[in-house]
Amino acid sequence: MVIKNEEMRSLELSGQVGFNSLPHQVVRKLVSQGFCFNILCVGETGIGKSTLINTLFNTTFENEEADHYEPEVKLRSQTYELQEHTVKLKLTIVHTVGFGDQINKDESCKPILDYIEAQFEKYLEEELKIKRSLSNYDDTRIHICLYFIAPTGHTLKSLDLVMMKKLDSKVNIIPIIAKADIMSKTDLGNLKKKIMTELQSYGVQIYQFPNKDEEVGEINSSLNARLPFAVVGSTEDVKIGNRMVKARSYPWGAVQVENEEHCDFVHLREMLLRVNMDDLREQTHSRHYELYRRCKLQEMGFKDTDPDSQSFSLQEMYEAKRREFFKELQHREESMRQMFVNKVKETEAELKEKEKELHERFEVLKRMHQEEKRNLEEKRRELEEEMNAFNRRKVAAETLMGQALQGCSQQPLKKEKDKKK
Amino acid sequence: VLQQQKNLDGYVGFASLPNQVYRKSVKRGFEFTLMVVGESGLGKSTLINSLFLTDLYSTEYPGPSHRIKKTVQVEQSKVLIKEGGVQLLLTIVDTPGFGDAVDNSNCWQPIIDHIDSKFEDYLNSESRVNRRQMPDSRIHCCLYFIAPSGHGLKPLDIEFMKRLHEKVNVIPLIAKADTLTPEECQQFKKQIMREIQEHKIKIYEFPETDDEEENRLVKKIKDKLPLAVVGSNTIIEVNGKRVRGRQYPWGVAEVENSDHCDFTILRDMLIRTHMQDLKDVTNNVHYENYRSRKLAAVTYNGVDNNKAKGQLSTKSPLAQMEEERREHVAKMKKMEMEMEQVFEMKVKEKVQKLKDSEAELQRRHEQMKKNLEAQHKELEEKRRVFEDERSNWELQQRLEQQKMEASRTLEKNKKKGKIF
Repeated sequence: MVIKNEEMRSLELSGQVGFNSLPHQVVRKLVSQGFCFNILCVGETGIGKSTLINTLFNTTFENEEADHYEPEVKLRSQTYELQEHTVKLKLTIVHTVGFGDQINKDESCKPILDYIEAQFEKYLEEELKIKRSLSNYDDTRIHICLYFIAPTGHTLKSLDLVMMKKLDSKVNIIPIIAKADIMSKTDLGNLKKKIMTELQSYGVQIYQFPNKDEEVGEINSSLNARLPFAVVGSTEDVKIGNRMVKARSYPWGAVQVENEEHCDFVHLREMLLRVNMDDLREQTHSRHYELYRRCKLQEMGFKDTDPDSQSFSLQEMYEAKRREFFKELQHREESMRQMFVNKVKETEAELKEKEKELHERFEVLKRMHQEEKRNLEEKRRELEEEMNAFNRRKVAAETLMGQALQGCSQQPLKKEKDKKK
Repeated sequence: VLQQQKNLDGYVGFASLPNQVYRKSVKRGFEFTLMVVGESGLGKSTLINSLFLTDLYSTEYPGPSHRIKKTVQVEQSKVLIKEGGVQLLLTIVDTPGFGDAVDNSNCWQPIIDHIDSKFEDYLNSESRVNRRQMPDSRIHCCLYFIAPSGHGLKPLDIEFMKRLHEKVNVIPLIAKADTLTPEECQQFKKQIMREIQEHKIKIYEFPETDDEEENRLVKKIKDKLPLAVVGSNTIIEVNGKRVRGRQYPWGVAEVENSDHCDFTILRDMLIRTHMQDLKDVTNNVHYENYRSRKLAAVTYNGVDNNKAKGQLSTKSPLAQMEEERREHVAKMKKMEMEMEQVFEMKVKEKVQKLKDSEAELQRRHEQMKKNLEAQHKELEEKRRVFEDERSNWELQQRLEQQKMEASRTLEKNKKKGKIF
């Protein structure tokens, strides 16, 4: 609790005032509203996610079994309303579908991270609205991510390490070794140790059960030591002795789900539902969501102008942001227009060049033609002249001929004339 | 999202969630800010002391009526009290000088300003990028003390409540109720409630619950509004019991006796059952009103935005900016596309024109060429024909000439020979 350094006195009460009912008042309100809890299960197909959830909540939730042929990782979420005594719980379970099935798993992480961030985004949007309704907001933020580790092999898969590292700053992670009945006790112990060492050396921050609390600190410390939980899930009842218990029966014996010696299921349930459920919700809101919000706002260019001694004006901040924003937009518009104007000028110049070229070319041709024409004219004239000359000769020749003929015809006449004489 | 009801087949354990919340809230501790307003001498400090069974106001820390000011002040004192493991940081805000001047116009303004400034503080700390624990110093409840005139509300009372009922939870109280007989008190209460309704003043309302029993209790309380209270700092022995009360020659007015006054109802309601609700209503209603008005003013005053002129958007300023950004990007894209299209079209046009004119010129050139060639050919032909003709004619001429020569020679010969 933040106590300002104003003068504050501690006073003794001289009787029963009654404000010790305040926690009851708080709880009453919340119970009447109901609680919500959102679980994300990340794990390979067939690793037992749905079975475990069913076992945890002692009920059978609908589930379609997936095959191994999903082309990409998808998320499927279902919401249920549960009630236990007077407590109403709106439980949302989100399963990954197709995780670890692809040949190339590069894109496996993205859909999951996107989903988690999308829920934060929704909340942030609501929180920033002018007219908002946070008190009855349908909270879909993921409170816990159960990460299912395959019980094969001696260490974590590289996909697991990468995935958990990416998730650890966004959500509370609890790693779980699934189908733990495959491994012997010693192998399991070794695997647990190996996993924890690897997670530590890779810097993965898994959820730490709060161990500072006087009441639950001890339980939580011991639970912390058992991580990752090795679990077995089953919804089948098997008769052991004279009781019906949840178990998986093999020819060589039955693995009892709720037997501490057989697996850590009870510890998981204890920790998840009975002891730390509220802390998980709290951490999601005050740590993971705040981190997301901080990053998002910083991304958009907001920052706190002063340390918390001075209070800044929200108005100024928004106004400044908007002015800046509009200036930027205008600037972009301008530069785009400018770019276009330039482009147009350029192209116009180009085309003009081409036009000039074209005309030049045809000028040349035109001149050629004119030359030709002149030649032709020349030649025509020559021919004309020759033809005229020829005609003249012809005419001359014909007149000569004519004369000559006349002379000839006249000559005989002359002779005749002479004769007569 | 499909929601289905599921029945559990056994104990799961999330029923412990309320316990977890309980423990967390105890660990965190609580805070509550209570404002008391009223003319001096109405017993405000005494009532506070009685409510919290502690010497909040004492000779060392005198109540507002003893701290006479020239103008209305708003002052606060913080006390830390513990009960049954629960820690409460209680802030009492009082207003010395309220209603005490001759001219009390606007004496509510400093109070309104104070409430708003607390809202503003909270809004600022809520809006920071780096948020830490946000201390809640907002006023959760305002106890307004009405003088026991018995005749109804004073204009100042009405004015004050009208101006504050949408900023804070207002609980009006009839002070020094031991000066009214039960009948007078009944009358007075009825009159006050009538006037409150008349002026459409919204005093704090008790929330409805699903519990029938509770609702009945709530109805009983509602019938007794406004609560008439008596406070006392002294403990008197009455019938062997030690009670808080006021000693008169004619008897003792016991504070916690529900026949004498409504103190226990007030205490139970204010502290034991509805303290949290007062905080919730402050947070969910009064603060949100302040916030949405404040933020709407910001976006309205912002740079020219023709959208905001129509509706009071329910979007956050950030989301609005995001949307504007997206819109603008879309607009720019469209503009770019359009410009691109226009540009392409113009270029195509020009290029086509160029092509056309090239083709035209080419055609003309071809035609010209053909024409010239044809003319050439024609000329050639003509020449050929002509030359043919000429050479023919020349040939003929020569032949003729030869013939003439021949005949002339013959004639000559004839003449020479034959004529004799």
